Amino acid sequence: MGKPRVAIFDFACCEGCQLQIANLDEDLLNLIELVEPVEWREAMSEKAGQIDVAIVEGSITRAEDEQRLKEIRQRAEILMALGSCATHGGVNKLRNRVPLEEAQRIVYGASAGMPHLQSGQVKAVHEVVPVDLKIYGCPIEITEFSRIIRELAAGRTPFVPNYPVCVECKLRENVCRYEYNEICLGPVTRAGCNARCPSNGMWCFGCRGPVDHPNINAAYDVMAKYGKTVEDLVGKLELFCSGEERIRG
Amino acid sequence: MAETVNIQVDHITRVEGHGNIVLRARDGHIEKLEWQVPEAPRFFEAMVKGRSWQDIQTVVSRICGICSVSHSLAALKAVEAAFGMEIPPQMQRLRLLCHYGEQLESHSLHLGYLVAPDLLGQKSVLPLIESHPDLVRAVMKAHSTGNRWMEVIGGRMTHPVRLKVGGFTKLPTEEELVSLRTLLEECLPALEVMADALHDLADRLPDFRRETEYVALVRPGEYTFYEGHIGSTDTEETVPPAQFEKVANEYVSPQSTAKWARWHRESYMVGALARFNLNGEYLLPRAAATASKLGLEKGNCNPYWNNIAQMVECVQVVEDGIRLIDALLEEGLDEQSRTVPVTPRDGEGAAAVEAPRGILFHRYRFDSRGFCIGANMCIPTNQNHANIQKDFEKLVPEILDRDQEEIRLMLEMLVRAYDPCISCSTHYLDVTFV
Repeated sequence: MGKPRVAIFDFACCEGCQLQIANLDEDLLNLIELVEPVEWREAMSEKAGQIDVAIVEGSITRAEDEQRLKEIRQRAEILMALGSCATHGGVNKLRNRVPLEEAQRIVYGASAGMPHLQSGQVKAVHEVVPVDLKIYGCPIEITEFSRIIRELAAGRTPFVPNYPVCVECKLRENVCRYEYNEICLGPVTRAGCNARCPSNGMWCFGCRGPVDHPNINAAYDVMAKYGKTVEDLVGKLELFCSGEERIRG
Repeated sequence: MAETVNIQVDHITRVEGHGNIVLRARDGHIEKLEWQVPEAPRFFEAMVKGRSWQDIQTVVSRICGICSVSHSLAALKAVEAAFGMEIPPQMQRLRLLCHYGEQLESHSLHLGYLVAPDLLGQKSVLPLIESHPDLVRAVMKAHSTGNRWMEVIGGRMTHPVRLKVGGFTKLPTEEELVSLRTLLEECLPALEVMADALHDLADRLPDFRRETEYVALVRPGEYTFYEGHIGSTDTEETVPPAQFEKVANEYVSPQSTAKWARWHRESYMVGALARFNLNGEYLLPRAAATASKLGLEKGNCNPYWNNIAQMVECVQVVEDGIRLIDALLEEGLDEQSRTVPVTPRDGEGAAAVEAPRGILFHRYRFDSRGFCIGANMCIPTNQNHANIQKDFEKLVPEILDRDQEEIRLMLEMLVRAYDPCISCSTHYLDVTFV
């Protein structure tokens, strides 16, 4: 079998996750020994046909984009959602809290009615087509991306952590952010970033979304111990759309 | 001469975001010529409404992956202005240092990965790995240096973690600054390789001129990216960032989900060439030497030469970065001034910084608890859209007798020269404060 044919597609987002792929620099040269990039609008002018791995970045916001995504799904053996906007909707979903007409009016004022400014509810990729694999984070961690591509090229099922950020944070011997009177989403958020934000003096924003079975009771205990409310926690979860409904139970 | 020219480039490649080029001409007569922006609207200004001041930087950084430091800094400065805060000078210098890392990262990515393939007759950087290995290695060196730089100061290469209202959440160690300094020293020869390559290829940039207005931050005696007033080549008058709406008169075009802008003329240009045309005399020696080697002089009005100005700025930020690190090491980092306390209040603040692709404005209004009740962001690429269209309208009649493929390439290269960040430029603007 030849090298897997890989293509990258972008929808509504900041394109920071595909930037992380470019940020691999020298390691990108190693990866293209293993896989063949065949379509990547931001970096290449070529267009491809059938592909082995479609990497999809961004949220889906318009009917025309749903159609484009469905066509990509048909062309692809494996479809991978890349980054928070694709896996959860990310910060884009904040917009769903506001009625669309109001969002259009706030941003475009009197011109809001122009047809090309129309946009629907924000969706994650799996809300439109089946997704085979998710790479989490806002942005994704490049070392994790590199490892997962290598595992795919080797025909293995990639490892994706299913334990909370607290595990990595403790290994890095950070002082708990709650000790600084902050609300940190580490207890419920999927690890894999090596506790990047807490290690840089910031609370966890939950950008990678919740683990599959978050220990809600333990999270409630932490909140109670530090005099915080569930509402405080939910307010934080909203930012990256990281599973508010699961926490409320 | 081709009787009919029909060019439709949907979702132009090798730019950040989605843009279309449409040209239809028959018998030398142009029937349609448009630069269109169909990017999906994202409505950031609606997204920050109702959020705490603590979350603003985190959300608006996500406007753009490639200018996340610039958006972060514009937001922090605007929030701090709204709350009447003063940031200690050392922390301001550290922020500028982080900002420089982004300029190097963004410019080298643009020049090396997005523009170089055009100049070398390729469709992407991939074939250049074989054909021009030294150049590709130099680009990777510059690009990864910029990334490492942002990571050392900001805690991450995209979407900085440590930049926060009031200062920093964490400072780099002196050891980290020393090794960053070494990295910057080592980057200078790579920039020379890139500048030499650009020098040899500069004649492949189309010879096109159109006088326009150039707008950038200005500050006496400085090639500024982070502080100053808004300046223009059309006037001596400068405008404080708090009044940026005087400059960027935005309007909705039927061709675009992004807004367009005008000041003294129908359009103006922002970005590296605008900064150079306004502040070129303040370049540091090495950067000035690079400019003169490449033949870049003040008053240049060839938009393709924005790429040359970006190259000069790569040298400028590394040169000034080394100077800043030396000063910081000499005085020692002051942990006491790392962050100043934040007292939210009912107020409004605006700020301007130079993103790699041009001047960027943010404005926010807060209620007494520090929740955002209004926001307006004006993005460099938006300010350039009208200028791109005006360039098209002058350029196309000059080249209409050429081969259709050549015309298409020249139009694509023109768009790329502006280094448009289209995902940035959609979804904002012109917020009516409610």
